[in-house]
Amino acid sequence: MNYMIESLRQLIGLDPAKPGPDDRLPEVVTLMTEKRKEKLTKEKLHVVEAGRALASDRHKWRNRRWATLIIANLLFVASYYYDVQLLEGALTASRFVGFHMADLNSALQVMLAYKHVVLNLVIGTVTVFIMWLLLGGRTFCSWVCPYHLLAEGAEKIHLWLAKRKWARDIKFHRVGRTFFYLVFIVLTLVSGYTLFETLSPTGILSRALIYGPGLALLWVLALLAFEVFVSRRAWCRYICPIGVTYGLAGVLSPVRVQYRVQDCHHEGDCRAVCLVPHVLDVTIRGRARAVTTDIGADCTRCGLCVDICPTSSLRFKVKGLDKVL
Amino acid sequence: MSNDPKTGPGKPRPVLTPKRREQNRREFIRTSILGVGVLGATLAGLIPLVGQANARLRPPGAIKDRLAEQEFLAACIKCGQCVQVCPVEAILLADLADGVGIGTPYIQARDQACDFSCDGLQCVLACPTGALTHDINYPAQSRMGLARLARPGSCLAVLGQGFQGVARGAEFRGKLRYDAVDRWTPIPVADHPYDLELCDLCMRQCPIEIRLAQCADGAPPSGDVNQCPPRPAIRLEAQAGGGALPVVLDGCVGCGVCEMICPVDPAAIVIDIDRVTDAAPVG
Repeated sequence: MNYMIESLRQLIGLDPAKPGPDDRLPEVVTLMTEKRKEKLTKEKLHVVEAGRALASDRHKWRNRRWATLIIANLLFVASYYYDVQLLEGALTASRFVGFHMADLNSALQVMLAYKHVVLNLVIGTVTVFIMWLLLGGRTFCSWVCPYHLLAEGAEKIHLWLAKRKWARDIKFHRVGRTFFYLVFIVLTLVSGYTLFETLSPTGILSRALIYGPGLALLWVLALLAFEVFVSRRAWCRYICPIGVTYGLAGVLSPVRVQYRVQDCHHEGDCRAVCLVPHVLDVTIRGRARAVTTDIGADCTRCGLCVDICPTSSLRFKVKGLDKVL
Repeated sequence: MSNDPKTGPGKPRPVLTPKRREQNRREFIRTSILGVGVLGATLAGLIPLVGQANARLRPPGAIKDRLAEQEFLAACIKCGQCVQVCPVEAILLADLADGVGIGTPYIQARDQACDFSCDGLQCVLACPTGALTHDINYPAQSRMGLARLARPGSCLAVLGQGFQGVARGAEFRGKLRYDAVDRWTPIPVADHPYDLELCDLCMRQCPIEIRLAQCADGAPPSGDVNQCPPRPAIRLEAQAGGGALPVVLDGCVGCGVCEMICPVDPAAIVIDIDRVTDAAPVG
């Protein structure tokens, strides 16, 4: 229950709760006292980080994720190109070997604007909801959304420029995204038009890949340019309602990244690579309440933190799986 | 943001330093500007709707009333499944210039009309949201638009002229299904030359007229008598001074084949999207 509340708080843009002195479980207090005895020097940290940087599996989850993302999108392209009934349609709605699938956010918009839901859309939406409920909600963002992949590239360029002070990273308040979400819902309901779809880089890119490029790609380019020069990962962090929709689905998901405070050096490598670093605030020294903490629903389960963590303090876990096995 | 001094619920909130307060104020202003920008961009998607400028010839079954497309634009989930099933690839998807109509299907009749060669309205069956309504099952039930002889002066039939050769030139990419050639596979119009004493292409290729003729022969499409259109769509009326006048009748559904096949350029016969049969033009 606490996990869900904290998850939702972070998702709507509030800062992660900080534990007071009495909030931490006794075993964590003991553990932290033990940890403090062994001083971590800069040299020691460098050795640990360098060891991780040389590890053969340092990009394990990233590579799996990129492969999944590319294959998922190419399945759409190939299904149309070769006219096979594998994955027909686009990311907004499709048929997987004949079964209806509907993107949760696109379906939500259609329901709000049209105010009438046909059975096929119900089937497609429920199927996709259950699918992402099981797989982690915002997992969609980092494992399927084509804009995410482009934005990761733009982020690399951004970081390269920012290091040389040629680009800025203007930060916005994350509550803004919740505000957009509510405004989109109200405007869609009132106007009767699927207003967000015009701006959605996910839909634009998916259709461009399958049906051919168009002018709409200029909008996607403008977004990427904004992220390169003005604000790191701005669209996914501060604006995109798709992320909120899938985040809500993910609140109940068993697939999570789990943090173990035991071996953590609190050096912040994970937060530096994270799309949504606030979800990893628990890795700041003194923030952990318990020995293990599940990362909240705003997490896209991209695995960058799992890949970079030099002490394996962040790992994927499926809640309840250990009990089943 | 991560070092915002807000604390958990129930904790006394520390007093903000003036510097911190100024930072918060600036962040609020920045975020508000971003908000106005995003909402502005969102609402800009409505601009193309002004004067129904983005109303288009839509696939069969589109839930709209002539130029009034609000329901159709709302219901369409912009996935293009209708595009994928069309055997003549008549359906295109609208681009950013259509604003909220982005990703919605339309037909450019002069380039590739809907010739109903799927018989079963595949696009309607493919639509996951009912934006192309499942209430229609047969071509004759569609109401896409209405044909109109816009340029009688250039119409070959009116001029009493015949037509020899390929209707739209050797380079034309459009396809039609010719039952006599291949019952199942549409072929390029450029591969199908005509030799007509009096040009009657608009009537000859009209999918409604073709179905009427098949039904009159006792061979309705797919052996289904429900495929038989109730009314004719177009007739050539002989004129006193020679030649014939194409007259659009109330069986016309506005599929656009006549506009596509018309060999003169620009086409003598066109589709109006602000009219459908059994209804007057808009406005």
